[in-house]
Amino acid sequence: MSEKSAKILVAVAGQPNSGKSTIFNMLTGARQHVANYPGVTVEKKTGSYSLNEEKVELVDLPGTYSLTSYTQEERIARDFLLNEGPSVVIDVLDASNLERNLYLTFQLSEMGIPPVISLNMMDVAEGRGINIDIEKLGRHLGASVVPTVGNKGKGKDGLKEAVRATSQGGQSNPFRLDYGEELEIHLSFLEKKLSEDTTLSTLYPLRWLAVKLMENDAEAQRLVREKATNANKILNFVVEKRKDYTTAYKKAPEKAIAQMRHQAAQGIVEACITREKEIKPSLTDRIDQVVLNRFLGPCILVATIYAIYELAIVQGYNITPYTWPLLAWTRDPIASILPSEGFIVDPFFRSMPLWVIDGAIAVLNYIPIFLILFSLIAILEDTGYMARMAFILDRVFRYFGLHGQSVLPMVIGGLYVGGCAIPGVIATRAMKDEKARMATIMVVPLMNCLAKIPFYILMIGLFFGAYKGIAMFFIATITIIIALAVAKILSLTILRRKESAPFILEMPAYHLPTVQGVLRRCLERTWLFVKKIITIVIVVAVIVYVLIYFPGISNDRESWNQNQADQTQQSFFEKMGKDNPYASLFAGDGLLSFASYWDAYSKAKMGAKGKEGKEAMDQRFREKNLAFFTIIKKGNYELEGKLINDEDAKKVYTAYKKLDKTRNRLRREHREETIVSGYMGRAGRFIEPFTRWAGFNWRVNIALMSSFAAKENSVATLGGIYQSPPGEKEGVLEERMREEEKGWTALHVLAIMLFMAMYPPCIPTLLMVRLETGSTKWMLFATFYPIVLGLIISILVFTGGSLLGLSGLQAMIGFYVLALIFLVAMGLIKREPEFS
Amino acid sequence: MTLDEMKPGHVGEIVDVTAEGILGQRLLDMGFIPGTRIRVIRNAPLIDPIEIAMKGYHISLRHSEAKGVEVKTV
Repeated sequence: MSEKSAKILVAVAGQPNSGKSTIFNMLTGARQHVANYPGVTVEKKTGSYSLNEEKVELVDLPGTYSLTSYTQEERIARDFLLNEGPSVVIDVLDASNLERNLYLTFQLSEMGIPPVISLNMMDVAEGRGINIDIEKLGRHLGASVVPTVGNKGKGKDGLKEAVRATSQGGQSNPFRLDYGEELEIHLSFLEKKLSEDTTLSTLYPLRWLAVKLMENDAEAQRLVREKATNANKILNFVVEKRKDYTTAYKKAPEKAIAQMRHQAAQGIVEACITREKEIKPSLTDRIDQVVLNRFLGPCILVATIYAIYELAIVQGYNITPYTWPLLAWTRDPIASILPSEGFIVDPFFRSMPLWVIDGAIAVLNYIPIFLILFSLIAILEDTGYMARMAFILDRVFRYFGLHGQSVLPMVIGGLYVGGCAIPGVIATRAMKDEKARMATIMVVPLMNCLAKIPFYILMIGLFFGAYKGIAMFFIATITIIIALAVAKILSLTILRRKESAPFILEMPAYHLPTVQGVLRRCLERTWLFVKKIITIVIVVAVIVYVLIYFPGISNDRESWNQNQADQTQQSFFEKMGKDNPYASLFAGDGLLSFASYWDAYSKAKMGAKGKEGKEAMDQRFREKNLAFFTIIKKGNYELEGKLINDEDAKKVYTAYKKLDKTRNRLRREHREETIVSGYMGRAGRFIEPFTRWAGFNWRVNIALMSSFAAKENSVATLGGIYQSPPGEKEGVLEERMREEEKGWTALHVLAIMLFMAMYPPCIPTLLMVRLETGSTKWMLFATFYPIVLGLIISILVFTGGSLLGLSGLQAMIGFYVLALIFLVAMGLIKREPEFS
Repeated sequence: MTLDEMKPGHVGEIVDVTAEGILGQRLLDMGFIPGTRIRVIRNAPLIDPIEIAMKGYHISLRHSEAKGVEVKTV
């Protein structure tokens, strides 16, 4: 290979809202890769482009206002620049906000990496009458300055060329910020001291290290402690110098340093900028007068949240019936290559893969919701409304250890009714306050996700039929009350030591988002989700399957079942008559192939629409197997205009109908027996003495435990346990349950419902929790605390309610009032001082 | 007086940042430097936090944080 194909590593840095990601996208196009920085949950985007046979590898650093060691993002950006040694750093500046943006530029240049300045959002600056002398700015900063408009793709070639030139030629005249005589004396002493250490001087830019030590930067001190041969001497010297400065000028050095940077920025701005017109209220100001108005603001906020809910959750859910066939369509080809069904028991390598596929499909079914949701979130972020939401709501959420930015994840998770915790947890990514973010991640799964709804409806139908509305309102709002209280408890206890960040939030000017930018983010996040599902959910589904269906029933019972199966088949043959000409069709595997033909026909019949559709379907099945078709049509069918009446076929039909019924019953019984004697079934019975306090018998225990793979399973498992015939509606299941659980009262149902409300997150959500917290421990915590909490609440409601002789409704209201009082009490607990 | 005592519409000048640690550093980084003109735009609908304008950009911060900024009215 020639040396021309060398790779150039380039970092992209900039302050938040500088349009950094639009520049990154403009340069790399679709060649991007998203991962996390090692060991942390901050997203790391890399991308590349080629210029004159040179490959440029770009790394998008987190957007930061500064490069201190106080926040994770700043530490990451800094460590990357220090340790990975990029040849160039592209510094993206908001041209309409130059002064504050230069504050970061100075710190970047101190780190000794040649910068290329992308003077971004030039159109906004021009619109505000800001004229920038680009050449002069370049001279001041000793760097190439390229005017860009990232979201319109302007300045792309110029930027690439500047990166190339700078990577080859370096910085001829590097910018050096003059901190003023008072500081410079100390800095030069310090720098000299540092240069005496041979290790340090090879590893780090000494001027930078001197400034950081003077700022009392904890990370810089750590670097010295780890790398310097005489660390204590250096650090003592730093303490001395800082003390000297403080006593001489009555000011902490870090304050003076920040001040000098801002002053220098001001100086450069004054030299390079001319303003055409007087600053008049901008469009943003006028919009904010409405959007942040004391009365209108909250209304607009509620309307926005409602619109998100309506568009993504409701309308997205309405789309799923159209996308569902696409997913289901992938199931059939897989089913066809698996071993075929058994008469009563399906082979393991059929039922297990299908279980896994069904589980994955059930979750992938939410993709339309995710696509809409992620697009809307991207729009909220890009327009700048997200910061306004936090501004309006911070007061409420802060009382409970949360943050103004917690509201969006909670809405997505199902703040009222129907959401999804997976995107909810992902949406916490935008939160900078680590403590509030963790608390939010932990309570988002307590919201009512879509999959809990069918279960609620079933339960409410059982005993609260007379006041459905009240019951639904109860379950929808009690979860918010509990979630807020939990968030507060967590932030007072286990989250107490987590890093909290100041609220201080820039209110960026409103922007029109670009279609491309929104789509990109939306697809990125959806893909992240899909990838996770495909990789890990499958493994977990297998484990849950084994827990439910293994070790299986005893050999005696198996042979009894086999016996039953044989008898059923025998009576089938007897019924159709020994000399029935069709009998030979059912020998050997014939019976089972007819069974699958029968099932396929029933399924197709439900799907076929209109007379033409039905005829086409008939034609298909006729071609597949004429004899089977004759039977299925009870021997009555038209052939070449003649009506044929085949008595033998009719007999087979009647016999099979009976067989089918018995077979279904046997299959159900076998399945129930397997579940009950399986590991999970045993566990369900084992804990029954305890869960009885909460009103759960072993049947409920099993149903609840098996919901763990996906809550969609809960109703299906109940259906299996209560032997509701397949295909029949939930209403029927209600009746079956009422019949079988004669001892149940509304209190039982209320306790079960509350437990479901607190149910641990589904596995995909747990994976997201793992991803967003970066810790398996937190994932396990998110799994187990809801179980404990749910049990406590259920026991309180059931046992408490029974002792007091309350009716279901009384218990519901009583618990609600109790929870509200508790919540208010929690809200009143004083928060600890946030920053010491 | 401190920044949290300023009313919406008032204009002031920063005298000092008394907050320390991460809050102090963040304030300094965002441009809360002595001599800077500052205008309180509005309170949030629930009074806290507040929105202020300085140097051409807008920042919102909580009252508890604004307490760490010493200001004088002009």
